[in-house]
Amino acid sequence: MTTFSIPAATTGTRILGMGSYQPETIVSNHDLAKVMDTNDEWIRERVGIVNRRFAGKGELLVDMAAEAGAKAIADSGLQPTDIGAVIVATCTMPSPIPNAAAQVAERMGSKAAPAFDVNAACAGFCYALATGSDMVRSGSAKNVLVIGAEKLTDWVDPTDRSTAIIFADAAGAVVVGEGDEPAIGPVVWGSAGDMADAIAIADRNSSIHQEGQAVFRWATTQIAPVAIRAVELAGLELSDVDAFVPHQANLRIIELIAKRLRAKGAREDMVVARDIVDSGNTSSASIPMALDHMRAAGEISSGDVVLLMGFGAGLSYAGQVVRCP
Amino acid sequence: MSNEDIQKGLAEIVEEVAGVAADDVTAEKSFVDDLDIDSLSMVEIAVQAEDKFGVKIPDDELANLKTVGDAVSYIAGKA
Repeated sequence: MTTFSIPAATTGTRILGMGSYQPETIVSNHDLAKVMDTNDEWIRERVGIVNRRFAGKGELLVDMAAEAGAKAIADSGLQPTDIGAVIVATCTMPSPIPNAAAQVAERMGSKAAPAFDVNAACAGFCYALATGSDMVRSGSAKNVLVIGAEKLTDWVDPTDRSTAIIFADAAGAVVVGEGDEPAIGPVVWGSAGDMADAIAIADRNSSIHQEGQAVFRWATTQIAPVAIRAVELAGLELSDVDAFVPHQANLRIIELIAKRLRAKGAREDMVVARDIVDSGNTSSASIPMALDHMRAAGEISSGDVVLLMGFGAGLSYAGQVVRCP
Repeated sequence: MSNEDIQKGLAEIVEEVAGVAADDVTAEKSFVDDLDIDSLSMVEIAVQAEDKFGVKIPDDELANLKTVGDAVSYIAGKA
């Protein structure tokens, strides 16, 4: 009998580089108050957002994804032709087919690269990062570009004050490659399909709908234990975590999860991502974009242990620890 | 646990979550209209009350708890 040959698994994987892209147009709470019954104070108190960015007319999700991807490749020191696969986490493509990833690969010059989308909504980036990391580790691809990209404004009712104040457009990306030692920890992931209706776009003519209280309760009670498990699985203590970068859903959710982590041993000086304040909720783009912004601002630096935690529609969740490149 | 004890415990939770002085959390007060507590803070209060009193307060039941007294009666009936 013949034996199949498979590549030897690598020791570990790491993030080689990262990048992000936001559209030019900044929309403040005051701008929104002009077109709907809301105000700055109400928005800040409920969700913690001050500004968000909306894609321009004709600016596509794949445009934003390719911008962020190209920056991540440049940051990694690789060439587009070194990218062995492209994964785009997204839930807001204008059409189900074609996917985003193949067009993004083509635009960046990563021609003919295997390319596919992952839809786990706001948990999508962490799902895609885990998948990309496992692909590198198993030898399916040497370097994987993982992008989170969303044009949520295509799927939001601009007059619905419960959602139009929250969601925005952006893309963030990382390049995953081999590492001498593991710098991307094991993923802890799962779903809660019994709550499928809690965040949904019902059909092609519908806008995003969210059951705020149900989602808030789920996120503030069920997500911290998952994040803690991700730290434990990587063989670390919560006190080893230098920065916590959860999906930028709502500042109150972020702060409550951080409070739970600190009650279980996370440090008081652990940096907590607050990118939502000036970026809004950008679903799968929020985590890689926050990482990129935090590194640029000097809030995290090379070698820091960063806990990522995605959660959202599905419902679905995924988290892992990574080392900042 | 007496209704008085439940109200005292609930007032401590409301103070921690919403920054309302515990002494102001009296039976006749409406969470929304008198204590200025929003829907997300109500969920936080419910989650903490569930832990403290060992009861379940689902969101659809929570919507019916308009006053502090409503919440105390609900918790007393389930505990």
